[in-house]
Amino acid sequence: MADDRDRDSTEVAVAEFHKKIKEAFEVFDHESNNTVDVREVGTIIRSLGCCPSEGELHDLIAEVEEEEPTGYIRFEKFLPVMTEVLLERRYRPIPEDILLRAFEVLDPAKQGFLSKDELIKYMTEEGEPFSQEEMEEMLSAAIDPESNSIHYKDYITMMVIDEN
Amino acid sequence: MGSGTSTQHHFAFQNAEKAFRAAALIQRWYRRYVARLEMRRRCTWSIFQSIEYAGQQDQVKLHNFFSYLVDHFTPSSHNERDFLNCMFTEERSPQASETQNCGDYDSIEVPDSYTGPRLSFPLLPDHATALVEAFRRKQRLHARYVLNLLHEARKHLVQLPNINRVSTCYSEEITVCGDLHGQLDDLIFIFYKNGLPSPERAYVFNGDFVDRGKDSVEILMVLFAFMLVYPKEFHLNRGNHEDHIVNLRYGFTKEVMHKYKIHGKKILKLLQDVFCWLPLATLVDEKVLILHGGVSDRTDLELLAKLDRHKIVSTMRYKTRKENKKQAEEKGNANQTGSAGRPSPWFLPQSRSLPSSPLRPSTHKAHRAGRSSSVPCGVPLDPKELSRRVRRSVDLELERCRQQAGFPAIKEKEEPSSSESEVDSDAEEQPQPTPEEWRQVVDILWSDPMAQEGCRANTVRGGGCYFGPNVTERLLQKYHLQFLIRSHECKPEGYEFCHSRKVLTIFSASNYYEVGSNRGAYVKLGPDLTPHIMQFQANKATHTLTMRQRISRVEESALRALREKLFAHSSDILVEFKKHDKDETGLIALSDWAAAVESVLHLGLPWRMLRPQLVSSLTDNKLAYKSWLENLAKEKLSQQNIQSSLLETLYRNRSNLETIFRIIDSDHSGSISLDEFRHTWKLFSSHMNIDITDDCICDLARSIDFNKDGHIDINEFLEAFRLVEQSCSGGDVSDCPQVTNSSNRDCSSPGAH
Repeated sequence: MADDRDRDSTEVAVAEFHKKIKEAFEVFDHESNNTVDVREVGTIIRSLGCCPSEGELHDLIAEVEEEEPTGYIRFEKFLPVMTEVLLERRYRPIPEDILLRAFEVLDPAKQGFLSKDELIKYMTEEGEPFSQEEMEEMLSAAIDPESNSIHYKDYITMMVIDEN
Repeated sequence: MGSGTSTQHHFAFQNAEKAFRAAALIQRWYRRYVARLEMRRRCTWSIFQSIEYAGQQDQVKLHNFFSYLVDHFTPSSHNERDFLNCMFTEERSPQASETQNCGDYDSIEVPDSYTGPRLSFPLLPDHATALVEAFRRKQRLHARYVLNLLHEARKHLVQLPNINRVSTCYSEEITVCGDLHGQLDDLIFIFYKNGLPSPERAYVFNGDFVDRGKDSVEILMVLFAFMLVYPKEFHLNRGNHEDHIVNLRYGFTKEVMHKYKIHGKKILKLLQDVFCWLPLATLVDEKVLILHGGVSDRTDLELLAKLDRHKIVSTMRYKTRKENKKQAEEKGNANQTGSAGRPSPWFLPQSRSLPSSPLRPSTHKAHRAGRSSSVPCGVPLDPKELSRRVRRSVDLELERCRQQAGFPAIKEKEEPSSSESEVDSDAEEQPQPTPEEWRQVVDILWSDPMAQEGCRANTVRGGGCYFGPNVTERLLQKYHLQFLIRSHECKPEGYEFCHSRKVLTIFSASNYYEVGSNRGAYVKLGPDLTPHIMQFQANKATHTLTMRQRISRVEESALRALREKLFAHSSDILVEFKKHDKDETGLIALSDWAAAVESVLHLGLPWRMLRPQLVSSLTDNKLAYKSWLENLAKEKLSQQNIQSSLLETLYRNRSNLETIFRIIDSDHSGSISLDEFRHTWKLFSSHMNIDITDDCICDLARSIDFNKDGHIDINEFLEAFRLVEQSCSGGDVSDCPQVTNSSNRDCSSPGAH
């Protein structure tokens, strides 16, 4: 009995996932022919609630790409892969407190802020480096112009509110 | 070398690794944030577009309604007849004597106190430049000079061919600009960045100079001034908004009457004529075709070059001379050819789907199935409604014939040829365009490109067609062209190529939907005809905003418009919700919510994506829908003591109401009588199948009449909507402290126009 219920609820979940994925996909399907530019796939995946790293994203794209990459991703290939991702709850978003701790790692002196130069250094030289555009965009919102530093706790709070 | 050093190294390594991982985490989080912003931006765009196009459909329906009135309604009283005639006299294209009067500006005195620019003709380049400068300093041109300039502009335009030919031999480069829509800042910016027009610097402005923005008048003045000063180098194409009927709805009429309270009417009348004389297209080096909308699979450049463009007063209404027919009939003149002789209103739903009847001359072209239909069309009716209307119109026609011929009943023979004939030989003062000519013009002013092959009716806009790459290719080959430049559609980057770069859309009104919504662009062509695109965004404030702030602002505006739409259809939405809630729990699953809302609004929006912005609280992943709908209403209910359901009706039909007002208010006085409003509203709602009782209409009319003087003041009424919007928008201003000097339009809601 429990199995039946489980199966039903999975089916319902899958149906709902399918609709969500289709909607997100269609926003970028400019020619209404069930394809999107491969460069937009990351945006689609992330807006569906996932938070993959660049490396994970590349792997995912490799799964949904054609054998001979065309620069376009077809919905028929995207849907099953993405459904699995959602069902397995892969690439979960990062909780606020973990994010805070990450900033604190970069701020060992526990000053509560990072200087602009420090942030630039970390974001463009470590991890999966930012492009210049990404860096500028992050700075524009994060930097406190008077002190030229980022009070990361406030920054996180502001971003999180914005999301909701 | 001791253990100390290696521990240090070990720690250093660990720290480095930690820092690496921490950085990676932050980047991962940030990229997701940006992606979600991007998705919100796209959704916002979809909202604006779908509401905009839905508004345009409304416009078409409204005018089908008025055409229907004129063609089928037999006034039962003298008053009603006069009322109808009154309503439509303004739509007649002016006759020669009338236009003479309109151009009569000499008698208008300019007071000494006037500090604005003064024009003398013939215009010199300095005058045109001075005009730009004066407008930049927010000065206003006196009505006398406006009329004078328009008069001179018309004299010039009359000489031009339908398709202007331009060569890069003379001016080395040609700059093509797209829609401006009354946004003077963008025009000034283009001139600033690209340089003023000159014999070496040719310009083509591709239509839609007016409506929506607040400085349409000034834009026209500048464009016409430069056209007169550099007639060989400065070119204008007509757009679908260079049309007095469209202007009634989208703000230009309002702007003129507001800025020129005494002479506005004269100005509008002259403009009506000037618009008809605008050329339809521009051809560069016989290779690049520039026109406002697009093409269809029937586009015939030879026909377009030959036709009398002046006959096409408005692309919204095919017929313009019905009034004369009515007057002639009323005289009971038996010598007339009779009602069967007039061209049937083939674009109304009935005539397209019914076989020809003896009482209705058929228009053969409209019946060809599978043909790319590129005509303004209303929403298809259901068969019952269709037959009801047919019966009604058949009855009316019978009645008319009876009256006319004095017989109890009459059998008219079919006269198919008369519907195709160009001229109705009797009382018409001005010849009509043929259906084919009219369709050709509608196509080039209203069509949009699509990705799929083929050509089909543009049901979204209600006019023109969607044309595919094969249509483009065929046309280019047929006329030995290299590519098309068109406008008509707003693009986030201000431009867009399609059809393998054979079609370029260029749109020059930046921040069109809202501050921060899109860039504007213009394109330069040199002798090699390679397009060079330049982009801009005419608002310094947006540059200082972060992406997040820009998107928030635009998004809030779109969401507001969307919530208003939801409110306007609350009754229907409630019905749909209840269908998904058979057990009457008061709750609805989110999936069902999305389906229900889409089935009512038909906007094709990604509702699940938008859900977090529209629905805030959930119990168990379900929505308590009654309170959700009530909250939507609360936003709207304000100072006015109009009950909620009436308010809903008002909002749902807001643009139509405003347009009806302006049409009724033919003398542009700013107020209409209760009777006029009630009468028209009654007809309108029965035509549109809006279920509203007589009492309701009276209530509606009376509640709009705020000062209870038997008259409805249009501006007061509209002000009520604006006040509600302002009180709602208070929330997002705190986000953007720097935007006080931004180029905001008067009406904040983009869908309302």
